[in-house]
Amino acid sequence: MTVPSVAERSGLDIDAPPVLSVRGLWKVFGPKAESVVGSSLTRKELKEQTGCVAAVRDVSFEVRRGEVFVVMGLSGSGKSTLVRCLTRLIEPTAGEVLLDGEDVRKADHRRLRELRRHRMAMVFQHFGLLPHRCVLDNVAFGLEIRGVAKQDRYARAREVVALVGLNGFENSYPDQLSGGMQQRVGLARALAADPEVLLFDEPFSALDPLIRREMQNEVIRLHHEVGKTMVFITHDLAEALKLGDRILIMRDGELVQVGTPDQVVGAPADDYVRDFVSDVPRSHVLTLRWIMRPPQSGEPLDGPELGPDVVIRDAVHAVLSADRPVRVTDGGSLLGVVTSAEMLEVIAGGQDR
Amino acid sequence: MTAASATTSFAARLPARRYLVALVIAFWAAGWVLLRGRDTLALGGAELTPLHSWLNAAMDAIDDSRNSNPIFLYFINYIRLFLDEAVTFVQALISQPAMDRPLPVLGWLGVVGLATAIALLYGNVRVALLTAAGFLSFGVLGLWQESMDTLALTLTAVALSLAVGVPLGVWAGLSDRFHRLVTPVLDFMQTMPTFVYLAPLTLFFLIGPASATVATMIYAIPPAIRITAHGIRQVSPDTLEAGASLGATSAQALRHVRLPMARQTIIVGVNQTIMAALSMATIAALIDAPGLGQTVLKALQTLDVGTAFNAGLAIVIMAVVLDRVTSAASRRVEAARRAGRLRTVRGRRLEVAGVLGVAAVLGYLSYTYVWAAEFPIEANLGSYVRRAADAVSLWAQDNLVAYTDIVKNLLTNGLLNPFQTVLAGSPWWLVTAVAVAVALLVGSARAALVTAVGLLLVVVLGLWQDSMVTLASTLVATVLVMLLGMVAGVWMGRSDRADMVLRPVLDAGQTMPAFVYLVPILGLFGPTRFTAIIAAVVFAAPVAIKLVAEGIRGVSATTVEAATSAGASTWQLISKVQLPMARSAVTLAASQGLIYVLSMVVVGGLVGAGALGYDVVAGFSQHQLRGKGLAAGIAIVVLGIVLDRVMRAATQRADQAAHGGSHQH
Amino acid sequence: MSVTRSGKVRAAVLVTGAGLLLTACGGAKVGEAQPAAGGGGAKACGTVNLAINPWVGYEANAAVIAYVAEKQLGCKVVKKDLKEEVAWQGFGTGEVDAVVENWAHDDLKKKYIEDQKVAVSAGPTGNKGVIGWYVAPWMAKKYPDITDWNNLNKYASLFKTSESGGKGQLLDGDPSFVTNDEALVKNLKLDYKVVYAGSETALITAFRQSEKQQKPIIGYFYEPQWFLSELRLVKVNLPAYKEGCDADPEKVACDYPPYELDKIVSKKFADSGSPAYTLIKNFTWTNEDQNLVAKYIAEDKMTADEAAAKWVADNPDKVKAWLPSS
Repeated sequence: MTVPSVAERSGLDIDAPPVLSVRGLWKVFGPKAESVVGSSLTRKELKEQTGCVAAVRDVSFEVRRGEVFVVMGLSGSGKSTLVRCLTRLIEPTAGEVLLDGEDVRKADHRRLRELRRHRMAMVFQHFGLLPHRCVLDNVAFGLEIRGVAKQDRYARAREVVALVGLNGFENSYPDQLSGGMQQRVGLARALAADPEVLLFDEPFSALDPLIRREMQNEVIRLHHEVGKTMVFITHDLAEALKLGDRILIMRDGELVQVGTPDQVVGAPADDYVRDFVSDVPRSHVLTLRWIMRPPQSGEPLDGPELGPDVVIRDAVHAVLSADRPVRVTDGGSLLGVVTSAEMLEVIAGGQDR
Repeated sequence: MTAASATTSFAARLPARRYLVALVIAFWAAGWVLLRGRDTLALGGAELTPLHSWLNAAMDAIDDSRNSNPIFLYFINYIRLFLDEAVTFVQALISQPAMDRPLPVLGWLGVVGLATAIALLYGNVRVALLTAAGFLSFGVLGLWQESMDTLALTLTAVALSLAVGVPLGVWAGLSDRFHRLVTPVLDFMQTMPTFVYLAPLTLFFLIGPASATVATMIYAIPPAIRITAHGIRQVSPDTLEAGASLGATSAQALRHVRLPMARQTIIVGVNQTIMAALSMATIAALIDAPGLGQTVLKALQTLDVGTAFNAGLAIVIMAVVLDRVTSAASRRVEAARRAGRLRTVRGRRLEVAGVLGVAAVLGYLSYTYVWAAEFPIEANLGSYVRRAADAVSLWAQDNLVAYTDIVKNLLTNGLLNPFQTVLAGSPWWLVTAVAVAVALLVGSARAALVTAVGLLLVVVLGLWQDSMVTLASTLVATVLVMLLGMVAGVWMGRSDRADMVLRPVLDAGQTMPAFVYLVPILGLFGPTRFTAIIAAVVFAAPVAIKLVAEGIRGVSATTVEAATSAGASTWQLISKVQLPMARSAVTLAASQGLIYVLSMVVVGGLVGAGALGYDVVAGFSQHQLRGKGLAAGIAIVVLGIVLDRVMRAATQRADQAAHGGSHQH
Repeated sequence: MSVTRSGKVRAAVLVTGAGLLLTACGGAKVGEAQPAAGGGGAKACGTVNLAINPWVGYEANAAVIAYVAEKQLGCKVVKKDLKEEVAWQGFGTGEVDAVVENWAHDDLKKKYIEDQKVAVSAGPTGNKGVIGWYVAPWMAKKYPDITDWNNLNKYASLFKTSESGGKGQLLDGDPSFVTNDEALVKNLKLDYKVVYAGSETALITAFRQSEKQQKPIIGYFYEPQWFLSELRLVKVNLPAYKEGCDADPEKVACDYPPYELDKIVSKKFADSGSPAYTLIKNFTWTNEDQNLVAKYIAEDKMTADEAAAKWVADNPDKVKAWLPSS
């Protein structure tokens, strides 16, 4: 199947109100956790002085409707805690989590259950399937606990099972399926409730690389078909770049940078991020916007036209085969030009590093 | 880096700790040399302390209030009626003449058919055959009715134990607070010798099935609660979290996630509950519980080893059958899913109907015709078993005694006596101080506190010296149990053939009532503390061996493969890989072994161990020693709790050391 | 595969079912030819709840009483296997009507006869109980003067065991019996240590092995006891018992008193006028009688009923004397 590029997918309405809005979120484990909120001590100092571990420190971000929002960080960076705070599987220590403007933290138990049942669903790293139930019953589980009649929930479950490509496995049991298949069940279970937001906690890190790629493509396809807002946790930069409309990078519980993949690669916020993205082939991520330059006087400006958000890799052929500079235009106005020189520099440089 | 610093600081601390423990021991030895025989708080066999007399009076007062106290009049009486009715009902079905018939409702053919059908439906063909053979053997041994009485009582007690235990276990699995609350109560129920509460029970529940059922339940409920709680607790947090993320209420999580996922473990709990209930069959016979226990006790009066063995064999067979059926049922919970896919629901229904149909036909025959109701006497081979057992026992007593005497004297003089001399011969305050110091050094401050309170309680109970004598034997027995456990357990864990050979032997050791082999071991070792130790080891070693074997088998095959490929010899593989990796199983084996040894203290009292075991036995037999018997029972419980807590704290410390105390989120 | 299996099962059902039905046709039916349970004459007597204390001598008494009560008085006898203490409790709860061999138990008598008034004595059984220190016959033969307590210290080293800590071992301990042995050893200045064997079984096994292996043992024992008909243990003479010499258990320095074994019945049973009560009250026999029936049970492996039947058949006159005069 064909994989749509990031550029093709970015058609989001930036001005619409965000689905999910997180403000000043803290999660501190340990005694007297509240008193630690706002502290500026480092993790190690905190541990030594208070015995507390601040897993999430003052993180704020917004997720737009229909967006794939990736949270990336190494293990121990607090990203899994963060995603659990969104549905209060882990109770945040401070801050706000607004889902369509409603503060999730203020919801009582009943309301919280409603939120979980209808509006946010999660896919887990280790699947969390019920071993004693067949695929169909696993997928229908969420509907069952919210009281959907048997006929209806099976009908819906069958739809979703078909959607994730598990046709014919309805009556299999989880331990008869491969890891990838099991995660499809997990995915189907999350989709069955038709939630507004799908949360993924490192869903593919337990899978082997081939299956992982297949599942990533599956997510992209599903995103196209159902258009859900997704919050996706991963420690794999390639995965983040491949899936994310925007990426949030975390380190030691703190937000380091939020941006589109090309922003993260092209303009790392600090050495930590720079080091992180150093292995990424820049031509695969950066767009023409990043390498275009103002036209020099005397250059012919009648070469081919390309948009500023075309990824360099996709423009290689057009630029190298053109006998004059390629114009980068947006809505008719000329933003700059790109020639083989810029192209070769970024390709060579990208591999160099 | 936290981990690294913790490891280094522990490494620095470790030798210091070892030296300190050695220092404390040396201090004790010196103290013993100087102060031996002083403040040892000895108390003669018939002597009482004021506390004992007070306990006597208190128990008398409770006895006397029986007819006026509303709790007895309304509450306990109704429980008693209910229990009596329940047991009588089951007896009417399978063992006792009932409903104006000279025979029970179901005769042997019906019972065999029904039991086999159940084994087939919940287990598999193999255990069904085993069940049929096992049940037939009750008749062949000439003990059909006795076996059915035992079965009736056991099944009733087990059903009620589960009805009480499983819900409480679920609660303990869900609530940490309740778990903490109930654990010491369960410890108490399991280690308090039955003899202590057997006589008082008959006052409340009267002589007969009700008392026997309650006595059995007191011992059989703890495993039901513990194992259910464990099953509920071990449900994968991933799955629970997934449930929560879908908005499951806690009731839904319990019903749809925890209970189904804990089902296999809960069936293991059922299995253990049955085994515990069956192990009470003999002791309950002391208060007129019907069945095989009666046969064993009666035979013991005339030292009739053959008859006792015959009945003991029936108990073992019953235990093995029930164990295998429940184990197979537990495995089937897993297998059922696959089978369920292969076979349609209709197929299963047909099978159930067919099997039950046969059972019903057999049941009808056994209801109607005498030949199917009364087990044919001609098939009775019990007398051969009896004679063979008698001959073996006699031969052993006549011919082995020279060797056994040597072993006994060697171990008694070389290990037990020195140990006991130091424990029971030092002043009580010195022993207490040393024990507290050791608990602090190898365990934790908490363990030290438990030790201090426990030992002081023993002093208050007036049974210090008896407790120290019992403690010495208990520790020696536990050491022997662990030696056996390690050797046989490793062997069994590494070889399937060894497993096949040993397992039935271990099952027999665990379920054969001790009363059966008391006579031969008394003949071999005389009425001595060593005989008591042997009895305890026979009973406790099987569980230790099984647990160690389980642990060895649980070591990941990859690790073993890696070590083998690195050129490790078999011995290196065992000592450097398998045993260390099975450490938690070994620890569990030690603590379970200890509990089992303690539960044999009273039986030890019957064969010459003296001390606490004898105090309990005498308290059961002599009215004026009741209070002392109760105190001795409490002392046994206290010893058990102290040893268990210190051992646990020591393990925890060792674990922390091994894992470097790193906690990362 | 499972489907075929269930098919096989079904086939097996049909075959066995049919086969069994065929073979079954000729069998006798339950309840048809069986004698009715109970017996016709039970009206006058009713049910007697006999406690069975756990020793064979007791069982011999109970066997004969139960046999006579059932066969000659038409009573329904329910035997309940109970330890003494529990049996006495049964007087209070109405579950035990009679204990037919009681060894003193002054404390229980005080509690249940004097204080609670739920039990009454039904007179002696005629058996004389003797308690004391015994040695195996071979020892009495080899060391004739050992039966005098004055010589015990001379032989103390013979009795040393792994349990006795350098002294001679005095094997005590059926826990059902009250002993003064620790006080005796102290007050008679014997170089012995009391070791608690813990059960009758342990004592008998020890004496048996002593005789077989020629292993010296001295221990606490009592008669009547069926084991004495297997091995005639020899009693060691302690300072003779005099009335009141055992008043203070701390200071006791004399032999055990002779016991008159007696029968205890519940007050209710005694007042009921049951012929069985009269039988129990009248029941007396000698130690020889009891030892004989006990031997039938213990050595000859007869059931209690068989043993009783044999003895009753051999001693019709004795039995006649027990029966109610009417």
